Parts: sequence; structure tokens; C-alpha cells
Amino acid sequence: MADTVRPRTLVEKIWDEHVVLQDEGAPAVLAIDLHLVHEVTSPQAFTGLRTRGVTVRHPERTVATEDHSIPTLRGTGRGLPVVDDQAAFQVAQLERNCREFGIPLHGVGSETQGIVHVIGPELGLSQPGMTIVCGDSHTATHGALGALAFGIGTSEVEMLLATQCLLQRRPKTYEVRVDGRLAPGVSAKDVILALIARIGVGGGTGHVFEYTGEAIRALGMEQRMTICNMSIEGGARAGLVAPDDTTFEYLHGRRHVPQGAAWDEAVARWRRLPSDDGATYDRSITLDASALEPMVTYGTNPGMGVAVTGRVPSPGDAPDEAGRRALDKALAYMDLRPGEPIAGRKVDVVFLGSCTNSRIGDLRQAAALLRGRRVAPGTRLLVVPGSQQVKAQAEREGLDEVFRAAGGEWRESGCSMCIAMNGDQLEPGQYAISTSNRNFEGRQGTGGRTFLASPLTAAASAIAGVVADPRPLVDRDPVTVEGR
Amino acid sequence: MPEPVTVFTSRVVPLPAENVDTDQIIPARYLKTTEKSGLAEGLFHDWRFTATGDLREPPFVLDRPKMQGRRILLAGANFGPGSSREHAPWALLSWGIRAVISTGFADIFRANSLKNGLLPIVVSPERHAALFDLLAADPDVELTIDLEAQEVRVGRGPASAARAGGAGRAASVAVPGVGAATAPSAAGTAGTAAALAAVGRAFAFEIDPFARKMLLEGTDEIGYVLGRLPSIEAWEASHPARVNTLG
Ligand code: SF4
Repeated sequence: MADTVRPRTLVEKIWDEHVVLQDEGAPAVLAIDLHLVHEVTSPQAFTGLRTRGVTVRHPERTVATEDHSIPTLRGTGRGLPVVDDQAAFQVAQLERNCREFGIPLHGVGSETQGIVHVIGPELGLSQPGMTIVCGDSHTATHGALGALAFGIGTSEVEMLLATQCLLQRRPKTYEVRVDGRLAPGVSAKDVILALIARIGVGGGTGHVFEYTGEAIRALGMEQRMTICNMSIEGGARAGLVAPDDTTFEYLHGRRHVPQGAAWDEAVARWRRLPSDDGATYDRSITLDASALEPMVTYGTNPGMGVAVTGRVPSPGDAPDEAGRRALDKALAYMDLRPGEPIAGRKVDVVFLGSCTNSRIGDLRQAAALLRGRRVAPGTRLLVVPGSQQVKAQAEREGLDEVFRAAGGEWRESGCSMCIAMNGDQLEPGQYAISTSNRNFEGRQGTGGRTFLASPLTAAASAIAGVVADPRPLVDRDPVTVEGR
Repeated sequence: MPEPVTVFTSRVVPLPAENVDTDQIIPARYLKTTEKSGLAEGLFHDWRFTATGDLREPPFVLDRPKMQGRRILLAGANFGPGSSREHAPWALLSWGIRAVISTGFADIFRANSLKNGLLPIVVSPERHAALFDLLAADPDVELTIDLEAQEVRVGRGPASAARAGGAGRAASVAVPGVGAATAPSAAGTAGTAAALAAVGRAFAFEIDPFARKMLLEGTDEIGYVLGRLPSIEAWEASHPARVNTLG
């Protein structure tokens, strides 16, 4: 068990506390504090439980929402225009499973519904030091609060429902230190896209990222979530930021966090979580925040990114044959020419949403640029808040009016065009600039093409109708990127 | 529960693409199912079919007549990044694939595969390149995958004496001229001989020893953890719940 003298990292501390047992040669049986469930990756797991004749061990440590395949347009009441019968059946299955096993469901129609990785932190369910999992690869988002949070497959969902534990090998640790300060117009999304462009989509495989350094400390919680969210795009199953005063201020008073004396106790416990002085990581990398520019992806994986002032690379410059082939294939799919500037490429759709960038701070940034301006003719702006609470807050601030006045569409909360399961999707051949996390072929609709970028870059591009650098607009009209 | 896997021999489907993500393996619109079966149709769907649902011309590798029934996929580096969808291994298995060979696998894909009896086999970049060369020289070469011996062999031969019985963490070294290994079907050509020399007649592969044991015994991991409930209860008694989602 843990050697209490040896300096430990944040990840090791959380890991050690949650190991229930470990048989010789076997993975650890790891206790999980919070299990998040959505409609797409859970049905087969519930079927498995029924086949085994076992029940959900801890429904009160489990929480569900509907987000992936639900429509973002709806009338009143429950008559949902779900995209097809199969999706409707899947949503109905989740509702039945939650009822039968006593799992709380923040479903459509509830004022707490939203994308699973938006509502966890928002409701105060995700807390420092916890182990958090979901049948969803972007579960790392919750690592922003100082939790060990990672995605699992459906077989593991079933194991977790049955036992509240998982079989896991201890992950290796990877420190991602971001020194310096971000320039105006550059935000968390640019940090994570720059990291992945540097290490590649498999760079963090087998590891958990811990994001450290001055630039990370200076970020607010939502921006930290944006960074942790895309850890998986760098190959790491989890990514964390050590909890600090920013974390505690964010959590204080939220629905599921301890109150009164219990709050003080929790904060005291959380203050012991950060990595000890002298703790070592298996790997590390350092980025200089002040050198970063807004980033845009040009290819078909999130590692294919360049500064918005940059050019599409040439396959000839790839270091090896496989790299050349990959770039050739990506540029053919994207219909981009080697060496052309990425700025100025036409965009048909601007998608502002997803568990990466659909929180209130993201919407505020985009709205700050769009206020008093119009989306370019021929460009469609789709704004999909991450949760009903984000939506309500945005409406209190009049952001919905800003988006509508600019010519954008203001929708109900859900995953929407991030995964294009609900009918919100690109037409074949269309280009989107998207604040989501994946630019894989067909991700936003069969044949659709995706440029990943920050909310600021997406908003500037909506106004220009082409991929555009947000900094000239930001310089004219300083935008506060949500800080502490 | 996955059926126990021990040893099988198959020709190989080559897919020389890097970073093949789970959205390509099975597009999101196939995730609306509430079953594990029937996903073969969606496997690599958008690489196989045009927007109007016709087979692409020339056909994607899986749709070439000679590839039917092959159970081993030789893929480019870093196979399976992206989403946690277990539908990816389910779809590969539905089509008939039982092992994927690459230089590396994304963590969640690898875990999901092992839980379903799909073997993710990691080889060095050099051997990976040599395997593609071997396949180029002899597209119908057979490989035998032996989970018990933790060994891949060219041809149909028996386990090499060096690691019969599953010596575990044996180094990845070629074991030349082993036993009755049949020669590749186009043996004799210089290209095949060179590639075969680079691959080795047999080589060991690493696999999580626990996953291997579970697969060989056909044991169910959930059953294993359920069998540890007393320890889980004891842990829970000394670690108060962090949150009450019903509260
Ligand atoms: S918003 Fe996109 S990435 Fe996030 S949970 Fe939904 S589908 Fe997954």
C-alpha cells in the first residue's frame, strides 16, 4: 500500500485511497465514487444486469442524463421530435432503466438536463479527490476539479453498476506544464489543441495528464474543463488539475457539495490533494503559454492543428511514409491544398457547443464578439448550450438575443452537432468551424468537414464567413476570458 | 461472456492507415442500437459505402472477395483512438475479426477489446513494417495466433518449444525454423523470404496476464469482482460516500 513518506502526485494520492484490493498479478479493484450514465453506452449494460439477476449496487452514487441523441429543437411537453424510432427507443430504455433501478435521471424536460460532462460539475456532483467514470471518453472533463475521471466501455459500465468498482491497472503519470500567460484572444482550447498538435493523438496513451504551471493556475474552472476534456484526444484517458481556491470558489454552494462544517472539512481534505514537492512523473512536457496563438485544425484528427496564421502542411514534409499517407488522406478528405493558409477558408456552419465549449463563459466570449455584428451571409451559426442551467443563465444575460440578432440559431441543450446523432448535422462536403473536440471524418455528419477551434475563433469566423483570427476583434473590444 | 480463445490461424486483412479512430470503425449513427450484435453492417461503413449506400469503387479492403472470412486485421499505428464506444470491438467481432495487429492501441479500445475476446496485438515498428512487407509479397500468408503460448507464428505450425505453455513476458525475438511451420504459400520469392526473415517465423507478444487468464479460462471479470464483495463492503465501511446523487 501507499508509502506515506514518499512524495506522491495528485493521481497517486487518489489512486491509493481508492484501491480496495489487488490480487497477485491482477489489476486493482478500484472503488468509484461517482458513475455518470447516458443513453448511448448504457443499454447493453443494464441488459447484462438483468441477465445476471443482479441490481445496481449504488444507485445513489449513479446519475443519468439524456444528451447524445435528443433533439435540440422542441415544442412544449414530452412529444419529442427524436430523430428516429431507434433513438426514441434508446431514450425510452434509459428512462425505464433509471426507474427500475432507482437511478436519478436529469432527463429532457428537467431544468437540470444537459451534457453529462457539463451537469456533473454544475450540480457539484464532481468533486476533488473523487474517482469518476462514465461510458464516455470525455469523462476526463471532471478532472478539472481535481478528480481522477476517465471513460470506460459498456462492459465496464455493467461491472460498475453491479459492484461500484472497476478492475484497473495503475496509470502512468504525465506532467503537462504550461508556463507563462496566455495573450488576449488565446484561450484554453488553443492550449489543448497546441498540446495535441505537439504530442500527437497517441502521445499520452497509457498515461494520465496532470496540467500544472502558471497558465493553468490562472484559468477559471470552465477553461480548465476545456483542457481536461480533450485529454483523450492526446491519448490520455484522464487529465487533472490540482484543486485550489479557484476550485473551491467554483464549488461552494452548489447543490451536491457539503455545506456548513462539512464544507470546511472537505476543503481541508482537498487541500492535501495537490502533488507533493518532489513527486515525480513518468513523463513531462512544457509549453510556453505566451508563445501560443489561436489554433485551428486542418485535418481529420485533433492532432492536425496549426496556428490560425499558419498554413496547411505539405505531405512532402512528413517525417515518414505513414505520415505522408495520413496527411494525403486527410487533405483529400478536407479538400485542402498543401501550403495554403488556413485563415480565409470558407465555412458553411459554425457550431458553438459540446462538452468542450458550451458553458456560460464560452457563450459569453462568443457573444462578446458577435454583439452588434452579423453572421456572414451564407454561413449558419448554431449555438447549443451545454445544459438547461447554462441556457437559463445565458437568457438571463440576454446572450440568446445577441446570437439571434446576429443571425444565429439558439437551441436546447445536448450534444447536437458534436456527434450528429440527433439530426443536427453537416451536409456532405460542408465545412464547419466547431468548438467541439473531434474532427474525425464524418463526425459532424457523413461527408462533413470540421475545423476545430475556440469559441472566440468560431465567433470571429462566423462574422467573416471564413476561418478567421479573433485577435483583431478582441483587440478592438477586449473580451474577458473568464479568469478566477 | 466471450467464448474462450486459444489458438487460431487465418489470412490477414491489411489496413495501412494510422490512427484509425472509433468513429471510422463504427460511425455514431450505429450507436442507437440497444444490442451488441448486428453491427457488422456498420463496420467501417463510410469507408465501404458511398453516401447513396453503394459499395465504393474500388471496394474498401473488407469488401474484396478474397478478404471474406479473414480473422486478423493488420492496421497502421495507434489503432482505435477516440470514443469509448464498445460498439467498435463488437462491430469488428461481428464481421469476424478476432485479432488486430498494430504498433499500439488507444487505452479504452484495448480494454474494450480484451473484454470481448478481440486480441489487440502490439508489435514493434520494425516488425510492423515487415509484416506489411510480408503481406505485400504474399497476400495470402497465414498467421497463427496462439494466446496460450503468447505467440504469433507465420503459417500453421505448433507452438515453439521456447514458449509453449505461455512463458509470459518473453522478449520479442524471432525463433527461426521452428517445428513444422508451413512455408508461406508463395515461398521462394526473394521478397517473401526477406520479409519473412524480418518478421521471424514466430514472435512473442505481450498481453495483460490477467486478461489472458480470463480469456483462456473463459472467466467473467464481473463475476471475479462480485466474488470480492466482502472486501468492497469493508472498504466502503471505512470510506464514507462522497456524494449522494439522490439528495
Ligand atoms: S458533447 Fe460530444 S464529446 Fe461531449 S459527450 Fe456529447 S457527444 Fe461526447
